[in-house]
Amino acid sequence: MGATGVVRRTVAAGPPGDAQRGERERKHRLSGALPGGAHGFPQTTEDSGLLRYTVRRLGQLLIVTVVLSVLLFGWLRALPGGPVSALLGERATEESRARLVEQLGLDQPLYVQYWKFLGRALTGDFGVSTGVQPGTPAMEVFLQRMPATLELSVLALLLAVAVGIPLGYLAARRQGGWLDNLSITWSLIGVAVPVFFLAFLLKYVFAIEFGVLPASGRQEAGLDATHATGFYVLDGLLTREWDAAWNAFVHLLLPAVALSTIPFAVIFRLTRASVLDVVEEDYVRTARSKGLGAMVVRGRHILRNAMLPVVTTIGLQTGALLSGAVLTEQVFNIAGLGQALSLGFQRQDYAVLQVVILATAMVYVLVNLLVDLAYAAIDPRLRTR
Amino acid sequence: MALLEVRDLSVRFVRRHEPTVSAVDGISFDVHPGSTVGLVGESGCGKSVTSLAIMGLLPQRGTEVSGSAKLAGSELLRLSRREFDRRRGKEIGMVFQDPLTSLNPVVPIGVQISEVIERHRGLSRRDAKREAARLLDRVGIPDPTRRLGEYSHQLSGGMRQRALIAMALACEPRLLIADEPTTALDVTIQAQILSLLRELVAETDTALIMITHDLGVVAGMCDEVNVLYAGRIVERAQRHELFSRPRHPYTAGLMASVPRLDSPRGQRLAPIDGSVADNIPWERGCAFSPRCGNALAVCGQRAPELETTDAGEQLRCHNPVDATETVERADD
Repeated sequence: MGATGVVRRTVAAGPPGDAQRGERERKHRLSGALPGGAHGFPQTTEDSGLLRYTVRRLGQLLIVTVVLSVLLFGWLRALPGGPVSALLGERATEESRARLVEQLGLDQPLYVQYWKFLGRALTGDFGVSTGVQPGTPAMEVFLQRMPATLELSVLALLLAVAVGIPLGYLAARRQGGWLDNLSITWSLIGVAVPVFFLAFLLKYVFAIEFGVLPASGRQEAGLDATHATGFYVLDGLLTREWDAAWNAFVHLLLPAVALSTIPFAVIFRLTRASVLDVVEEDYVRTARSKGLGAMVVRGRHILRNAMLPVVTTIGLQTGALLSGAVLTEQVFNIAGLGQALSLGFQRQDYAVLQVVILATAMVYVLVNLLVDLAYAAIDPRLRTR
Repeated sequence: MALLEVRDLSVRFVRRHEPTVSAVDGISFDVHPGSTVGLVGESGCGKSVTSLAIMGLLPQRGTEVSGSAKLAGSELLRLSRREFDRRRGKEIGMVFQDPLTSLNPVVPIGVQISEVIERHRGLSRRDAKREAARLLDRVGIPDPTRRLGEYSHQLSGGMRQRALIAMALACEPRLLIADEPTTALDVTIQAQILSLLRELVAETDTALIMITHDLGVVAGMCDEVNVLYAGRIVERAQRHELFSRPRHPYTAGLMASVPRLDSPRGQRLAPIDGSVADNIPWERGCAFSPRCGNALAVCGQRAPELETTDAGEQLRCHNPVDATETVERADD
């Protein structure tokens, strides 16, 4: 019954209490009434159900992308100014302006422009950058810059998960203790302090005052490093240029810490609330009554259940990472997608903005699809009903 | 020698900024191998807390446990958590009230049974799985091998409780504690689960502590019955004696409030007046006296002691129901 059984559990930062559990069960009942739900034969329909669900979600992805592309197209062109002013400046002659407008095809009606854009986009041609890297195809700009952002976001997310989940567990088990209070305060600061401010602060303290970490860039300029994939850490590891890999990693640290604060805070708070909820459950008492070791009770019985809402949240944090990257890349001068976005807006580079925003939106939707599938893998109630 | 000797067990919940609550107040009882002892009383009388104290499952913070509970001569109450984990599940098994919430929703039933076997009997994963299937078969779950891979939401209420019983009995414990094992089940399933418990206990000579508020369960299961009120035992008797002539007004009230097939038609049930909220602390007198129809002046001044009557049962009452009288019933 997986097709209609996989249900997104929307989770606010508060403790997932009875209300949410009730909500989830209600959704189950609703979804059970939808056509396509096979009842009574959970084992045989499980896989095809998940497959059907995935296909449907991919269809949704297509619709989201098309709608977003229309909105984005009109919205960018509604902004004051435009690439012509950005390129030629205020004192350009009418003649040169007209020539450029014609060259860029901006004299045609919007729907014609959109139609042409769509046709080319389907072949992977998103036009040529006018402002970020003038003359370079926008797709190429995207592909060049994507690894930097991905590297940064993945490390930031890893940090947030690797610190947030264990700390959330420990804080919950020692509720009201010093560790609990300290990490709650810390996570509050993490959410409350703007990312760019924290980024500047980190940079000032660790790069400038103490000089222990590099202040900007992705790798030391003089370093003779091979870049095969564009992921600098990975490149160094693949080519066995250990110092290059280490250098790139060290460059990533400060921006990744700055970027990870909000996802860390959210993951930590939710893990803590969720663990507090789960340790009160009867099945944890049952597990203890069986005399199972502390490790089994913790891993199999507490964390496995407590992780359910956290998994969903991790997917939603992709959004925070992508928007945070804009600010972090700016502060640490990293030539990634975030920087391309802010440059693109300054210079009204329609082509680059369109490809970057559409691609990030698709990534967001895809990541959340993966998260939902992971959720179904952990929670059998969503697979079979 | 008794298998389990509970002596003067007290449990107090200490909360900051709140008065200390005495949930269990000096309870003593014995459980002999192969016998079934009932702990009976209404919600909040301390019966579940007693069992959780014996199992070491009370929260460590804010709980004061005193007294003694010896299993086969060795003290349980002063075990560390790790020492307890070596004995729980192995020497004492426990079946809980609500089988739906007592099973882990995201772990297959088979794993939840075999984990306890692996832990205490040192069997390999494969052997433990085979043993788990055997246990499921033993508690009457059809097609056990398939059920091993299923989750609690795929089982019916009765099957869930059977699975929990299989878990509790997986290591053939000498003592089984069943805390209201049938409360959350349909009536027809209740009867099945009770007869299963009775059968298993008789077969393996396991001692059973039956915690319940249901006198029907007591009548069907228990050899000896302890009636609890406000954390103390107010009456202890063999099942037959207790039902034929309850001495404590509270016990008598409990029995009068249960419908009986042999009572005349149209006769109203007689509930016990008031609620536990009316209790007075034992330090000031008998906790039950504000609700008691037999209360004398002395009842509100001095708490009665648990004393042995001429008939050999134990009673905590200044003015018990007359032994020759039949159970009082309210007539309209």
